[in-house]
Amino acid sequence: MMTEIPYLNLAIWVPILGGVLVLATGPDTHARMARVVALLVAVLGFAVTVPLYTEFDASTAAMQFVVEKRPWIEHFNIYYHLGIDGLSLWFILLNAFVTILVVIAGWQVIQHRVAQYMAAFLIMSGLMNGIFAALDGVLFYVFFEASLIPLYLVIGAWGGPNRMYAAIKFFLFTLAGSLLLLLALLYLYNVTGSFDILVWQRAPLAFGAQGLIFLAFLVAFGVKVPMWPVHTWLPDAHVEAPTGGSVVLAAIALKLGAYGFVRFALPIVPDASLQYAPYVLALSLVAVIYIGFVALAQTDMKKLVAYSSIAHMGFVTLGFFLVNPLGIEGALVQMISHGFVSAAMFLCIGVLYDRMHSRQISDYGGVANTMPRFAAFFMLFAMANCALPGTSGFVGEFTIILGAMKYSFWVAFLAATTLVLGAAYTLWMYKRVVFGAVANERVAALTDIGMREFFFLAVLAICVLAMGLYPFPFTEPMHESVNALVQHVIAGKLP
Amino acid sequence: MNFDANYFYPVTAEIFVALMVLAIMLATAFARGIARGLAYALTQLTLVVAALMTLAALHGEPGTATNLFADETGSFINMFVQDRLGGVLKFAVYCTMMVALLYGRDYLAARRLDRPEFFLLALLATLGMMVMITANHLLVLYIGLEMMSLALYALVAFDRDSTRSTEAGMKYFVLGAVASGLLLYGMSMIYGATGTLDLPAVSQAVASQTDKREVLLFGLVFLVAGVSFKLGVVPFHMWVPDVYQGAPTAVTLIVSSAPKIAAFAFALRLLVGGLSGLAAHWQTMLMLVAAASIVLGNVAALAQRNIKRMLAYSGISHMGFMLLGLLSGIVEGKSGLTNDAYASAMFYAISYALMTLAAFGMVVLLSRSGFEAEDIEDFKGLNRRSPWFALMMLFVMFSMAGIPFFVGFFAKFAVLEAAVAAGYLWLAVLAVVMSVIGAFYYLRVVKLMYFEEPDVNAPLAAPPELQVLLSVNGLAIAVLGLMPGGLLHACGAAIEALHLGS
Repeated sequence: MMTEIPYLNLAIWVPILGGVLVLATGPDTHARMARVVALLVAVLGFAVTVPLYTEFDASTAAMQFVVEKRPWIEHFNIYYHLGIDGLSLWFILLNAFVTILVVIAGWQVIQHRVAQYMAAFLIMSGLMNGIFAALDGVLFYVFFEASLIPLYLVIGAWGGPNRMYAAIKFFLFTLAGSLLLLLALLYLYNVTGSFDILVWQRAPLAFGAQGLIFLAFLVAFGVKVPMWPVHTWLPDAHVEAPTGGSVVLAAIALKLGAYGFVRFALPIVPDASLQYAPYVLALSLVAVIYIGFVALAQTDMKKLVAYSSIAHMGFVTLGFFLVNPLGIEGALVQMISHGFVSAAMFLCIGVLYDRMHSRQISDYGGVANTMPRFAAFFMLFAMANCALPGTSGFVGEFTIILGAMKYSFWVAFLAATTLVLGAAYTLWMYKRVVFGAVANERVAALTDIGMREFFFLAVLAICVLAMGLYPFPFTEPMHESVNALVQHVIAGKLP
Repeated sequence: MNFDANYFYPVTAEIFVALMVLAIMLATAFARGIARGLAYALTQLTLVVAALMTLAALHGEPGTATNLFADETGSFINMFVQDRLGGVLKFAVYCTMMVALLYGRDYLAARRLDRPEFFLLALLATLGMMVMITANHLLVLYIGLEMMSLALYALVAFDRDSTRSTEAGMKYFVLGAVASGLLLYGMSMIYGATGTLDLPAVSQAVASQTDKREVLLFGLVFLVAGVSFKLGVVPFHMWVPDVYQGAPTAVTLIVSSAPKIAAFAFALRLLVGGLSGLAAHWQTMLMLVAAASIVLGNVAALAQRNIKRMLAYSGISHMGFMLLGLLSGIVEGKSGLTNDAYASAMFYAISYALMTLAAFGMVVLLSRSGFEAEDIEDFKGLNRRSPWFALMMLFVMFSMAGIPFFVGFFAKFAVLEAAVAAGYLWLAVLAVVMSVIGAFYYLRVVKLMYFEEPDVNAPLAAPPELQVLLSVNGLAIAVLGLMPGGLLHACGAAIEALHLGS
């Protein structure tokens, strides 16, 4: 890169230091100042990530923006080493973008400990950017684990009635997975003498070792994705988390696990990944189909969207382990799209919850009569959630199914059931909540969305439609990286 | 023997502390009115001066591990070593003691326990630790250990009107005396087999001679038992929770922090310095001890309602983790592990001292006159009462759980790295699984502080110097977590200067 401005550094540290600044505004008597500062920091945090896209060189698969590589802990040969390629670019932008929405979404809803709430999200945003930008195994791990702390606090402190259980369950599940990751990283260090991810990607590894490392990766990232059968923490966490927490959880936190698969599992242990890919595909299909049915049975809106997230993420892991360019690229697009759509769905549910303080589908009915503008937005996002052509959800799912078709007809066939199931649970919920006669006087008393809510829903609607109608700008930076990755995996590491 | 002032050079700090103990005793006897304040001030002054002396020695002899008494005569000769390891560890002990005494001072004053003897005993314990750290001879090691232990027994029972305190002291004394007996018995076996008490000579004898193996191994078992007792690891851990809980919190602060550093030094000097020829045997024993400690410490801590007991069990598991580093140094067929492994254990011991100081410092902070903040429930809603100190306790708890960016993560990272490098994958997996269990009880404290409302809304009534130092302590945990390189380097250099395995 020609530029010497360390954009990645800024993307990480602007939100973190800004979060500390927000924390310094102190008690709730200064709540307004905390909100304003948080919004400014979030916008600034997004602004510094924009050049990552505009100056991104889409013609290469090499790491870009590698301004930062300096020794961090020399004793263990650990470097503070940042860089991004087509696989990670979008997640940093998405993360910075979602942070703005979260700050706005919490503007009025959060009335207690405002500064701490805002600071937790900003710090979390910076840490997550660190995960996507880290090119050193330990640096990645450190950000990966540290990002648990703010999310734990957000769920536990501002969540629903059963929040403490959900927060601890969330923390312990992911911690258990990531500690196995730590052992895998230490093992790789002992083999290669380095913690550099790029070195690991080139280092030869025997098949037996690859198998064990793959297992550790599968558990660590599978819990985070989450894959069936280790998904049970997610519905709890989602239901109890405040709206902002759910948004970040669905839009960004789940992507961390999937990102781990493309950054670690596939390139570092390609032979084991290929060997065990059918098992991962099977788990993914279970997630898509079985979890789709589970979603159908939910009576709580948030839980329903949580299960739908698991099904969608099952689609993502499916795409990755097809190991062809269509599958991987489709999965990446699906992740970005899911970032927009799930964020929008949770924000919509948040809009309803703020007014009615209930997430039960049965408490609603006929919302369209009292909140027409809201109903229109909700409709769009529900359609995107079941992958209607023209919305962002379609692009990813369709590409993955095309990729699956190349792999095997039956995998594609089973995967395609999601189109039916997704439509069934999403639209059925939509129908019960929004259509029909006004169910009770509380629904009758609802007020339509205000300026603030209109703003964030409209922005997301634009994103969803833009990506659905003209996906080229989104997929263009990925091409080279995805192709290089697929070639690398197919070539393998065994002699 | 011709007298040479240089003979005393390695032990100037020890001699100085010993003389100061006597001076403070006399001074407080004569200055009755201000005895309490005077004893405290002089004790801190002594520690500061000793720290400066150690630093100067460290600076003057960079990296030399040679003992200055290579010639062979006289009783004082070869008893002590002057090396980087000793310098760094002694410095850590002074700092730990200074902080512990400062944290405890107001607590003691509120309970009329700040008698001059308290500070004298603390200083004597420090002297014992210093001797343990610099000893180069089995008997000197033993003397140092006893000097520390006897002072600590008395400190634990210092609140003589409290039955719990005296009971804890009694228990500690009886069990500690048994452990000392075991240790001495083991040493006599080593002496019987090798004919010397001098550690380098023992090391040479163990390496060269092939007969009397049984005697050596027999002695080794007792030595490992004694070391395990002092570290407080399973199965010699029974005293830890009772002593931590029974002792006044100001004493728990002392017992739980600096002696662990000294015990690490003791284990290193004895097992690595003297008996590395038997490493295959003591490493196997330590492996079992470490595994049992990590499991029992974490599982038992889950069930505790009393924060001091919880921290005691957590300390047992932490010492188990530290042993992971100590037992990964020498593996047949693998070279180059030694330095990293012992450096990781040293880093663990020092960072554990830092964390446990902050943890018990918080307990002191929350207690007021006539009220002991001993229940975990007392941390309820701390975020409401004081967001700043809730944040500091959050740092401590996440650090102990081994979550980055806190120093505890890199401590665990380093010892796990050592265990994986040595090929003890099963131990590493066990340790990792147990850390997940351990995370639960640390998270519970965070949960109480952040997710629940306080029962009492009394503002924290601790003196400003305690609040400032505790903040510094908490921030140090975070800063060392962001930049552990310096301390890791210091530990690495100290171990390297020992020229092990060369």
